[in-house]
Amino acid sequence: MRPTTTRDAMSPRPLALVVLAATAVLPWLPVPEYVVTIADMAGIAALVALGLVMLTGIGGMTSFAQAVFVGFGAYTTAVLTTTWGWSPWATLLPSLVVTALGALVIGLVTVRLSGHYLALGTVAWAVAFSYLFGSLPLLGQHTGLSAIPPIALAGVPLIDPRRFYGLVWIAVVGSTVLTLHLLDSRVGRAIRALRGNGDAAASFGVDAAKARLWLFVYAALLAGLAGWLLAHFQRSVSPSMFDIHAGVEYLLMAVLGGTGQVFGALVGALIVVILREQLQIWLPLVLGQSGNFEIVVFGTILLAVLVGARDGLWPLIARWLPARPPRRIDRTLAMSRAAMPARDTLLLEADGLVRRFGGLIAVNGVSLALRAGTTTGLIGPNGAGKSTTFNLLTGTLARSAGTVRVLAKKIADLTPQTAARLRISRTFQHVKLVGSMSVLDNVAIGAHLRGKRGPFSAMLRLDRVEERTLLAEAARQIERVGLGEFIDRRADSLSLGQLRLVEIARALALDPILMLLDEPAAGLRFHEKAALATLLRQLNGDGMTVLIVEHDMDFVMNLVDRLVVLDFGAAIAEGLPHEIRRDAAVQAAYLGVAA
Amino acid sequence: MDTATFFLLARDGLTTGAIYALLGVATVVVFAVTRVVYLAQGEFVAFAALTLVAFEDGRVPGITGLLLVMGVIATVSRLVQGRDDLRVGKVLRILAVDLGIPIAFWLAVRWIAPSKPGPWVTVPLTVAMVTVLATAIYRIVFQPLATASVLVLLIAAFGVHMVLLGLGLYFFGPEGFQTQPFTEAAFEVGGMRIKWQDLIVLATVVVLMIALAWFFAKARAGKALRAAAINRVGASLVGIATETTGLIAFAMAGAIGAISGVLIGPVTIVYYDTGFMIGLRGFVAAVLGGLVSYPLTVAAALGLGFFESAASFWASSYKEVLVFLLIVPVLLWRSIAEPHAADDDA
Repeated sequence: MRPTTTRDAMSPRPLALVVLAATAVLPWLPVPEYVVTIADMAGIAALVALGLVMLTGIGGMTSFAQAVFVGFGAYTTAVLTTTWGWSPWATLLPSLVVTALGALVIGLVTVRLSGHYLALGTVAWAVAFSYLFGSLPLLGQHTGLSAIPPIALAGVPLIDPRRFYGLVWIAVVGSTVLTLHLLDSRVGRAIRALRGNGDAAASFGVDAAKARLWLFVYAALLAGLAGWLLAHFQRSVSPSMFDIHAGVEYLLMAVLGGTGQVFGALVGALIVVILREQLQIWLPLVLGQSGNFEIVVFGTILLAVLVGARDGLWPLIARWLPARPPRRIDRTLAMSRAAMPARDTLLLEADGLVRRFGGLIAVNGVSLALRAGTTTGLIGPNGAGKSTTFNLLTGTLARSAGTVRVLAKKIADLTPQTAARLRISRTFQHVKLVGSMSVLDNVAIGAHLRGKRGPFSAMLRLDRVEERTLLAEAARQIERVGLGEFIDRRADSLSLGQLRLVEIARALALDPILMLLDEPAAGLRFHEKAALATLLRQLNGDGMTVLIVEHDMDFVMNLVDRLVVLDFGAAIAEGLPHEIRRDAAVQAAYLGVAA
Repeated sequence: MDTATFFLLARDGLTTGAIYALLGVATVVVFAVTRVVYLAQGEFVAFAALTLVAFEDGRVPGITGLLLVMGVIATVSRLVQGRDDLRVGKVLRILAVDLGIPIAFWLAVRWIAPSKPGPWVTVPLTVAMVTVLATAIYRIVFQPLATASVLVLLIAAFGVHMVLLGLGLYFFGPEGFQTQPFTEAAFEVGGMRIKWQDLIVLATVVVLMIALAWFFAKARAGKALRAAAINRVGASLVGIATETTGLIAFAMAGAIGAISGVLIGPVTIVYYDTGFMIGLRGFVAAVLGGLVSYPLTVAAALGLGFFESAASFWASSYKEVLVFLLIVPVLLWRSIAEPHAADDDA
């Protein structure tokens, strides 16, 4: 059974403090040195795995190339310190800059790849770069670079693993905190909504391509930081440390811990590093020969997780942690609303919309005019082109011909983002919500364009006032559709009818002038439909314009001001509900009787 | 570059390209039928070459032990998976197939190997054993994951690669070997030396390609595989068992990989871990062919072979870099051409 409240952001503070304290004092405890060495290596690996969790589990981009970015960071500092004689501290910034630039160039191509093509693309990058590292004379070719100086702190070189420990774990704890802050913000919600195809996020103004690229670079930077640390910890670098097998090992850490979980990265890195060190000691003794046998165990663990426990280990640990308390909503905060257009102005005018799919014409010359403060119904038999018309009006699909005017202004380049900026919001026929996110977070995505704070202010918590305001607004819209008691529940624990209402709340959170609702009443019970109709009438009263596709005729007929009937991609009738009821062409289309 | 050099490079490129073509086609078959982007194809190549070397030296090849290990895992996993419905007959059948076959090979090879029976016995035996290895991998890993997303299957393929790499080191040892050429004979045409060895490779590849084309066009099992590739659900509704088609696809990949190993063994020194990079060439060819088209895959593989031989002529140490970067624009083009085809979440 799935937990019904979200537990994926931050564990309760007391427990976190105990773990943090134990982590802090480890090097002063009377433990053997190799324990501290393992902890150092686990910390470095955890940084890489943390980036991979963000990229793979949260952003939906599986990468086998994360070790390449560790290589960028490690080689930059290695070259600068050994060949050019720079001090290690002076190379930190250049290492991160080189990694970021490399990630930007690779990312520009890679994040455009969809689904498994993206993963295959990263396989290509991983193999190509490990050969490149091994071929460039500057990087010492196959032998790599050695005699890298240690990092010095106040004149003391950090050679002893106990001394190095602090540096590593400050980086880990710092990165984890910044990452948690990032996830718990406007930008974080946008990133978490990228999984799947990101259509829904785009419809609320999230620039999916930009967010994916940003995330790709962020994950690479964590890897680059790890590379900088690794180069000065190992004091040597070689191509095999950054090849595709290393990339798969980092992926194993993320998968083992649980790809969607920030703390899963720490758990996964710790387990894999401890296992690697122990197996490298024990397996050759057991097998009677030396070699790289731990990869058999790692491969087996990877397969076992994929076959048996796809969510990794963190959910098993999280089960023992107390549930996260519900989020406090500050009801005094209100968001300013933009003005609604005057009643009866011509809000949206579509003329001669055409959409072809190859030889099939799904929409053939549909024209519509929507006046402010009215509700228009779009009806027609299955396959008539209703949803395609919706997608053309919201920019989800590009039109083959036709013009769209919003408030008398011609919109040439209509994308989901421009539609959102024009304050046109929508719901989807097939609900598109992020199942692992709470209802509150899902609805807050709707208000994305009403906030401004970016990733940096999120990481530094400079966005708190805006964030509380956004969440208060989201909560208000959730209560408006009657789902107040479900506000902290995971979206995937709700029924289909409730999810449709969540989509309406999300659409309302945009502060729209026009809402396009695709079958909002499907799956709703009788009294829920009545409540929805009341809500929609009330919205009309506030000046909202609504275009609705719906199969429930009683619901539509009693709600709308005008009806447009589509059949075979063309409008066959338009008028008041009682006129449409009597229309011969409509009756023929629905019932197949000859007029 | 003068004409003589060109023909020399073309000859070398054609032979390696032909082998890449085989591996590329196997990758496409496996992907089309099971949706697994099987990147560990190369292990079949290396393991086959190392097995053949052992036979030539009169040693018992390590693959017998590897098959036994995989057989035990396959038996256990099948018994665990089918634990709700274990009848005596079924248990016996699992034991006979999953454990019996590896034991039979283990015993037979121990008896045959010391007498150095020659290629007419050892080559079919090698191909058979690698094929059994491939089917065991399908049974253990990919059959239980049949409904998983392409991404999960891809990660699983890396898991299999890691396991095989480690086991390969244990069972075959760290040394590299080269098999004996089929023949040293050669003849001259227009001043160019043509080795019979190369012609045998090309002839084998051509015959195999024709056999594959016939199999998919005419044979009942081949048609079932095509049906499963086009629509898994539809195929299962008309009575095609998708487990069986997956098993056949992996068996074909194993056999094709093994034959490639037999062909490549005399040309290059093979270590337990050589296979991965060879197999990845087949993967590159398959991606260049869009993971669907057999003719495009073959063409891409031949181009790849020629490109590599030309690159090594100019002593370019960047040939691998270029070979692998070649697929990025192709992936990009396919992402744009069919944006929703690859949508599936891990």
